[in-house]
Amino acid sequence: MKLNAEEYSALCKQASPRSPLARDCCWAFFVGGAICLAGEGLRVLYLRLGLSPEDAGALVSVTLVALSGAATAAGWYQKLASRAGAGTLVPITGFANAVVAPAIEFRSEGLVPGVGAKMFTIAGPVIVYGTLASAIWGALVWLTGAGG
Amino acid sequence: MRRGDTVVFGDAPAVTAWAAAGGKKESEGPLAGGFDTLFTDARLGEETWEMAERGLARSALETALRKARTGAGALDGVFAGDLQCQCTASAYLMRGVDAPFLGLYGACSTMTEALGLAACLVSAGHMRLAAACASSHFCAAERQYRTPLNYGGKRTPTAQWTVTGAGAMLVAPGKSVPKAPRIAAVTFGRVRDFAVRDITNMGAAMAPAACETLLRYFADTGEDPAAIDCVFTGDLGAVGSELLGQLLAREGLRLGPRADCGLLIYDRAEQDVQAGGSGAGCSACVLAAHILPRLAAGRLRRCLVVATGALMSQTTFLQGESIPGIAHLIELRAGAAQKEGSA
Repeated sequence: MKLNAEEYSALCKQASPRSPLARDCCWAFFVGGAICLAGEGLRVLYLRLGLSPEDAGALVSVTLVALSGAATAAGWYQKLASRAGAGTLVPITGFANAVVAPAIEFRSEGLVPGVGAKMFTIAGPVIVYGTLASAIWGALVWLTGAGG
Repeated sequence: MRRGDTVVFGDAPAVTAWAAAGGKKESEGPLAGGFDTLFTDARLGEETWEMAERGLARSALETALRKARTGAGALDGVFAGDLQCQCTASAYLMRGVDAPFLGLYGACSTMTEALGLAACLVSAGHMRLAAACASSHFCAAERQYRTPLNYGGKRTPTAQWTVTGAGAMLVAPGKSVPKAPRIAAVTFGRVRDFAVRDITNMGAAMAPAACETLLRYFADTGEDPAAIDCVFTGDLGAVGSELLGQLLAREGLRLGPRADCGLLIYDRAEQDVQAGGSGAGCSACVLAAHILPRLAAGRLRRCLVVATGALMSQTTFLQGESIPGIAHLIELRAGAAQKEGSA
């Protein structure tokens, strides 16, 4: 064949359709916004039920995680995510989905090597680098004395 | 007879029987009518997706044997492959089939690799009856190559949908069954890697290999492309098919009608499959459900099937390697009676 890899790369770019960015962003914005709105609604509800702001905030997270886990198990979350993209990925519900999905998927490999070991294959890096980032940030704050 | 990379059979072996088994999405696609068995339960009553794929392969092989009015005991060899690590769908299929087994991994090109090898051994007289099988299962492939099924991710427009299906074909000496479609030639492909690293664009990774194999077939045989009724590529999908067209035009090879198994098996407008179907079961199912029945009915006289494979693994992808492509070609012709009937 006469073609080289660089020329082929240019052909590929032309032939490969791009993701519809505007439509994807709208889906992500509105679905992600709706999840956050639901969280805010829950927070207001818990405050009215007499919880302290701290407890209400924690309970909102717990409720959203539980709902996301149930929706994942029922097969709904991924259907919504196939359209909403980052809208379902970024909120805490996306994190719950990323833990529950492999837990369900790998139960056929047993509770320890399957569910236990594979549960954090997707979410694990978020925890590792999230913790690392917070440690670095903490050190920076301490060194600069910005923490007071 | 060997010409370049192409083996042209003097006494072309026949494909005496074939069968296709598919899943739910395949049952909703345009080729549903051609399948022998369609399972609406993706697990086929099994505990795991891996065993479900084995069930698809078993269904296809058993149906093909039944159609040929024979049993596994008559098989001198089974050439079978799939997408699972260590080819387990085929190995576990063979746990229940008492015949010599040759496991193959050609990714999505496995079907024509298996048929080509079976044809070579049958034509040479080393086997009297050989089976060629290939299978894939969307759920088994997703969790092995990508993410768990329930993980909420978005697919890119260039991604392809792994076919849940299996195809099985029986190959015997041509003289014994003059009316059956025959394998006139086979061109085993060479690996071509044009530095595509995107595993959500495998059609692009495989198109150069398909082009290379087609160029070699026509150069080796001196055939006139106009004499071929249709060239079926394996699973290039929308993007890879478009790229193959551009590559062939640059090389100056003008083909007649061209179709892609990945575009035939699903209706992209109605089914959410992005750039089309893929998987070892894709070309296997389209061969058994669409191409071979047309050859048997005399609606096709002569065609080429170029199944294409992307030979990366999840590990090499994560290590940043590009995707090696492969394409194996078989030339199929209608049997004797059909040739006269359509002339």
